[in-house]
Amino acid sequence: MRNTKSWTKLLLLVLTYVIIQLLILFGIIQDFQQITLTTICINIILAVSLNLITGFTGQFSLGHAGFMSIGAYTCALITMRMPTIPGFILGLVAGAVAAAVVGILVGLPTLRLRGDYLAIATLGMSEIIRIVFLNLNITNGAAGLSGIPQFVNWPWLFVFTAGTILLIVNFLKSSHGRACISIREDEIAAEAMGINTTKYKVTAFAIGAFCAGIAGALYASYFFFIKPTTFNFQKSVDVLVMVVLGGMGSVSGSVLAAILLALISTFLQSFSELRMVIYSLILIIIMIFRPQGLMGSKELSLSMLSKLGSKFSFRKGRV
Amino acid sequence: MSLLGLKEGKLLEQFLHQIINGISLGSIYALVALGYTMVYGIIKLINFAHCDIYMIGAYVGYFCMTFLGIGFVPSLLAAMAVCTVLGVTIEKIAYKPLRNATRIAVLITAIGVSLFLEYGTMFFVKAQVRSYPPLTGLLAKTLQLGNISVPMLQVLILAITIILMLLLQFVVNKTKIGKAMRAVSMDQDAAELMGINVDTTISFTFALGSALAGAAGILVGVYYNSINPLMGVLPGLKSFVAAVFGGIGIIPGAMIGGYIIGIVEVLISGYINSMYRDAFVFAILILILILKPAGLLGKNTREKV
Repeated sequence: MRNTKSWTKLLLLVLTYVIIQLLILFGIIQDFQQITLTTICINIILAVSLNLITGFTGQFSLGHAGFMSIGAYTCALITMRMPTIPGFILGLVAGAVAAAVVGILVGLPTLRLRGDYLAIATLGMSEIIRIVFLNLNITNGAAGLSGIPQFVNWPWLFVFTAGTILLIVNFLKSSHGRACISIREDEIAAEAMGINTTKYKVTAFAIGAFCAGIAGALYASYFFFIKPTTFNFQKSVDVLVMVVLGGMGSVSGSVLAAILLALISTFLQSFSELRMVIYSLILIIIMIFRPQGLMGSKELSLSMLSKLGSKFSFRKGRV
Repeated sequence: MSLLGLKEGKLLEQFLHQIINGISLGSIYALVALGYTMVYGIIKLINFAHCDIYMIGAYVGYFCMTFLGIGFVPSLLAAMAVCTVLGVTIEKIAYKPLRNATRIAVLITAIGVSLFLEYGTMFFVKAQVRSYPPLTGLLAKTLQLGNISVPMLQVLILAITIILMLLLQFVVNKTKIGKAMRAVSMDQDAAELMGINVDTTISFTFALGSALAGAAGILVGVYYNSINPLMGVLPGLKSFVAAVFGGIGIIPGAMIGGYIIGIVEVLISGYINSMYRDAFVFAILILILILKPAGLLGKNTREKV
């Protein structure tokens, strides 16, 4: 880490962790706000991972809730049999890996479909997963699993949220990430340049599914009750709205939109129909008037913040 | 029938009953699939909101028959009329501004419209299930064909579906606007150069598809006797599978696909396991997309750069 930018980012990261941990310790953030905080973190993981698949690689996936449910059920089933911290870690890793494996299995045959067909195929896959969980005895069917041991608290959430963002940002800045972006831009040209599009599409799908599995495991372990309808098409749409609102192609946009929509949905918890009506209007209005979302494909960066800062200052020499 | 023993006779009877149920269900899927396939053929959009127009048709029929006390046929016409207007309005407000946008953008907008219709309806009429008033007169009778009794209602559904499909075939193949629809679906720019008003043609396509969906909605309301704001989601997905199965963009394909999916679903539900019947339909979708994406009646076209 050679320059001040990296040190600043590291400092901000540590500060965020410490401040919120202190707020929790001193009881300023009560139980209800902790639920919101957990929802925010899980939303961030889901939104950033879906953005990798849909925004950066251009593969329109409506099946994210299916991957989340695999992670949730796997982690729940394992921790219910091994209610210890190593059990939880095993459950989390198993859930994420299971989701990634299913992602690869589903991705290999379907990722050669074009946009619209891929959307329906992923939707169908997510529905099949939900129906399977609804009918298996081990998952207790429609009644769901309750009494899942709770292990998740702020340190766990922070580690996984920051870890997911770092994983995806580093993936995107590498040559693999550039390959994925080139697939979004023009798949035939990328293929002509020698990029194995199938390999990179499946990789993006697998990483996205892995992170969704982590989010599902965190959800199961915090909210201690899951049933198949928790992870239905509505959930996939929730995540899609976050990605679209933030900007398909902007990680910081997804983070911002995830926070914003978690707050809105907590606010409108008692009016669930109104919440969905508002979500649907957000989708339509954004697509017609500002299809690039809040951030477009730009990322929030320190230079952007300093430019914003200088706009509001009265110094003569403005950047 | 006298050649078969009693047990075989009963099995055959059961099988024929299932086939007849499958034909009724298939009629509904065919009507909705036609809307999906026509819209996809003309602007390459999967209209996610189509299944909710079907739901609105069911509600309009419910409203007409329960509160206005109108008979079945006027309610059917009213449902078709309201859905036509709704479909054209949606096209003008939500899809037309995005005519030149990316496919993902229009798809997301379609999802938005679908959610808006579902939860908007839920907001106004509440999520509870409502029942249609019981049918009277001719429709409450049953027809006897040998050992099998067919409810007159199922005959009615099949009859109305066939009439509507014949009308559609007439419009598409023998009228000028039908010719315009076929032209725009082949090559939009060339059609415009030939003097066809593309906007009007696209609106007309939406109108036709929505009218059929409205008819399907009220038929389902009368057949299954219960409606709720989310009733369109699963049948909509299955009708889309039917449209893809028969060949998306091809009108006879949607008709054939609808009946095949309807019959297969009823047979699986009756003979294998009714819990997994939805999963089977989705599995059919994934299989057909992998094995023959152009569908039964479709031709594989190479993608040109």
